[in-house]
Amino acid sequence: MPGFFAVALLVLKKDLAIEAKSREIAYTTLFFAVSCVMIFSFAFVMEDGVPVDGAAAGILWIAVAFSGTLALGRTFERERYSETLRALLLAPASRPAVYAGKLLGMILMMVATEIILTPMVAFFFHAPFFARPLLLVALLGLGTIGFAAVGTLFAAMLVRTRTRDVLLPILLYPVTIPVIIAGVRGTAALLQSPPEAPVATLWIGLLTAFDVVFLTLALWTFEPLMTE
Amino acid sequence: MMKKLFVPLALITAAMFAYAPIAIANVAYQSTMLLVQKIFYFHFATWMAMTAAIAVSGVASLIYLFKGSKLADWYGVASAELVVVFGLFGLFSGSLWGRKAWGVWWQWDARVTMATMLVLVFLGYLMVRKYGGPGSEKLAAAMGIFGAATSPFVYKSVDWWRTIHPQTSVVRQLSDTFPDAWYLVLYCTAAFLLLTVLLLTARVRLEAMRSELDRMYLAAED
Repeated sequence: MPGFFAVALLVLKKDLAIEAKSREIAYTTLFFAVSCVMIFSFAFVMEDGVPVDGAAAGILWIAVAFSGTLALGRTFERERYSETLRALLLAPASRPAVYAGKLLGMILMMVATEIILTPMVAFFFHAPFFARPLLLVALLGLGTIGFAAVGTLFAAMLVRTRTRDVLLPILLYPVTIPVIIAGVRGTAALLQSPPEAPVATLWIGLLTAFDVVFLTLALWTFEPLMTE
Repeated sequence: MMKKLFVPLALITAAMFAYAPIAIANVAYQSTMLLVQKIFYFHFATWMAMTAAIAVSGVASLIYLFKGSKLADWYGVASAELVVVFGLFGLFSGSLWGRKAWGVWWQWDARVTMATMLVLVFLGYLMVRKYGGPGSEKLAAAMGIFGAATSPFVYKSVDWWRTIHPQTSVVRQLSDTFPDAWYLVLYCTAAFLLLTVLLLTARVRLEAMRSELDRMYLAAED
């Protein structure tokens, strides 16, 4: 039986190979995220063309969360459609490793979206996101891990249900609200002038705590949840 | 055992709830908060009842997920419903308090937001059970586990973040500064916890009867 990381990397490689051929998830997710930002501009840009103070942090994180949900739904829909989920679960590999591989793919996909999304929000909403780039990267990275950790687990377990498209956001958002709150508050602290680095660091600490809890629980419960 | 205890416990709980308003009306005023402070006795007690229900739901979900015991599943769903009921009651009483103490019905402070989130998590638990189709009990159990895992953060949220909600240490200091009120808080909490146990037992019994009925239908069809 191959080791944990070998399996995780194999699953990741498989997902990336499929994605590289069609680029379906990458393009649709990115386009959806951009549409999100555009829709928010109607709500948060005032009549004089100036965005509401502090709106940029919220817009960025909501676009990340919404487009992430879309990508989560698609990546497992793909497995279900071609009946490969069973094959994946029957493979002589530990289930948590399969989960880890899927999670890595999901994180990469969301990070790729964020790389384009963040400068775009900064550009459209006059937000000084890059005053403290390391702190911003830490916030986005940890937030993405927390969101994707719960999201990958929930999307995987919902594959078998009929109403998965509706249930995924219903289940995912309440559980990941702490992550979104921490992300938005931390990012908003960075947008102050001067940036409030200690506040952002506090939220980064909290995000780390959430990530540890969510990852541990997800790795632990993936096996029984995926057993029929 | 619970069958024998149920009626006496129900009577005791009813008596406690009947006496609670009298005790709350008679306890001395604390100088600054005047009449609105009376809400606190039930407000705090409902959150304690909700916390107990969350703990039961989390543990029951874990046992159900790993052992597959039906009884654990029934406890999970029964306590999830109680979380929603007590949570809504707590948010409602908190809103009344907020109107007097903060001047607004609703305030987006850390504790209120996180408590709302917990209610939403357990509403999600109930929804996935209702609309998830066959096998959704397991999915709901995952929701219960994650909900219970985030609840400690709700408790600590007030201490960590600057917020206008009274600090959690207020309750702990109460035993020194205002012992009468402290005893009354304990009394109300005990009443609500007893109510939780009773409702939980009744709800689990209902679920057991439903399951038995299903089994009998199936047996009759064969």
